[in-house]
Amino acid sequence: MSVLIFIDHSEGKIKKTSLEAICYGAALAKQTGVPAEGILLGTVSEDLGSLGKYGIQKIHTVSQESLNQLDAEQYISIISTIAGKNGATIIVLSHTNTGRAIAPGLSVSLKAGLVTGATALPDTTAGFLVKKNVFSGKAFCTVSIKTSTKIISLNPNVYPVKSGEGSAEIIAENVSVGPALVTIKSVSKASGEIPLTEAEIVVSGGRGMKGPENWGPIEELAKLLHAATACSRPVADAGWRPHNEHVGQTGIAIAPNLYIAIGISGAIQHLAGVNRSKVIVVINKDPEAPFFKSADYGIVGDAFEILPKLILAVKKLKGVA
Amino acid sequence: MKILVCISKTPDTTAKIAFTDNNRKFVTEGVQWILNPYDEWYALVRAIELKEKDPSTILHLIMVGGADCDAVIRKALALGGDEAIRVNAEPGDSFYVASQIAAVAKGTGYDLIFTGKETIDFNGASVGGMIAGLLNLPFISLAAKFDLSGNEATLVREIEGGEETVSVKLPLVIGCQKGMAEQRIPNMKGIMGARSKPLKVVEAVAAESLTEIVSFELPPAKKGVKLVPADNPEELVRLLHEEAKLI
Repeated sequence: MSVLIFIDHSEGKIKKTSLEAICYGAALAKQTGVPAEGILLGTVSEDLGSLGKYGIQKIHTVSQESLNQLDAEQYISIISTIAGKNGATIIVLSHTNTGRAIAPGLSVSLKAGLVTGATALPDTTAGFLVKKNVFSGKAFCTVSIKTSTKIISLNPNVYPVKSGEGSAEIIAENVSVGPALVTIKSVSKASGEIPLTEAEIVVSGGRGMKGPENWGPIEELAKLLHAATACSRPVADAGWRPHNEHVGQTGIAIAPNLYIAIGISGAIQHLAGVNRSKVIVVINKDPEAPFFKSADYGIVGDAFEILPKLILAVKKLKGVA
Repeated sequence: MKILVCISKTPDTTAKIAFTDNNRKFVTEGVQWILNPYDEWYALVRAIELKEKDPSTILHLIMVGGADCDAVIRKALALGGDEAIRVNAEPGDSFYVASQIAAVAKGTGYDLIFTGKETIDFNGASVGGMIAGLLNLPFISLAAKFDLSGNEATLVREIEGGEETVSVKLPLVIGCQKGMAEQRIPNMKGIMGARSKPLKVVEAVAAESLTEIVSFELPPAKKGVKLVPADNPEELVRLLHEEAKLI
């Protein structure tokens, strides 16, 4: 019996969401008295052994270059094989784009109950109960997994990364990889930028910003705070910002530690995408904007006057001239 | 070309979320049910576009649920599609629902199975991938674009921090998100026509739920907003640094 954690990577580096999954899986292994092991497909430039400091004892690797790109069927097949071979009883992934692509297939392949988007460690005192977000962040539910093998995908930004001592044993696995069903023709990725779903801080603009030419201060503030930028639906629909920045009910749902909404009124559809944020700051000139009801901090006023001062204050705090 | 679109009903976005029976049941009184937006705006509309381009396309809709789903199914048919299938069962978990849909789809020669990326109530994002697993088909999740050339589909899917263009041979299962198509509003002709389209009710096959909802809870109420004067944004920076400890 063991907990097997899927370790995802991009551009040769382990993703932050995977470090969260490792720490979560390690804590769960400790809680249930079994070893914690990782599985990594493809190649990375980092020293994998050092991941032991996050609490895992072994990492199974299938170091085939082609696996650096996601092929859901290949991933599912390899992870199932290694899970079976090593008697993994709990599989942990991140509820990210990759996790979404493979967790359901793994559930079928291993006939293992799946809970996606877990927000806390399971309660294993009686049964196996996992808490997750439902109703687009408006409620939680507790789900019991009834099968002997269990799969959990962890929401980003809900479990802290903590490191201690230790190194992990690397086990190169010899697994036959089936033919790729999906051909990747091109990848477009903004290198060096913080992916919106992984960002700890997000600075977001709405219709109140009046036009795409006014996004300079939002981008500057985001850069200063190492934040990702986002926008509301009308902004994306008007073509002021790319669609992949649209957060809300029909766009992307995010759960950063800090969400700064500038010139966004806070329609219920927008809230559904951001209400899992730990702290919400709203800057809006309309004191009646519904967003203030969901905010932790707010400023009622003109964003065009507030932003320069805010940027200056952040620069002062960060010691940037 | 034969297409199956998996649809689901969800409470309207503005519905009040409350629970009863010791927090075990969602309060459905007064709730307006809608077609899950991801299923409707993206999966269904994209499939309708494919049928408009090639009218010989057969387009079926499928939902797992009781007779109370029929109104929402008719609404979907008002947008388009030739017929709908309802698997007459109380939907269990994602695995149960996927098992029902896979049982209907098996051996019936669907070239494409479209689903929304997730439902807005349970946010499971699992049914599409499970159908693919059960039918041994490739699955493309978070698809934002879909084009077809002969037997080969070209899709754009979202990856962390960007997007990827991929090609896959049919048949396949697709989880749809924003970008696939634009929202449509059914017209009078569609609404009238939907009444006479076949809605076949089939009985469920034996399948199990691997998980079970034990209870619900509402998030703790927000303490209320702390307002900072507009002429003093420095105070906001101080609060975020010293009190919230986030910057």
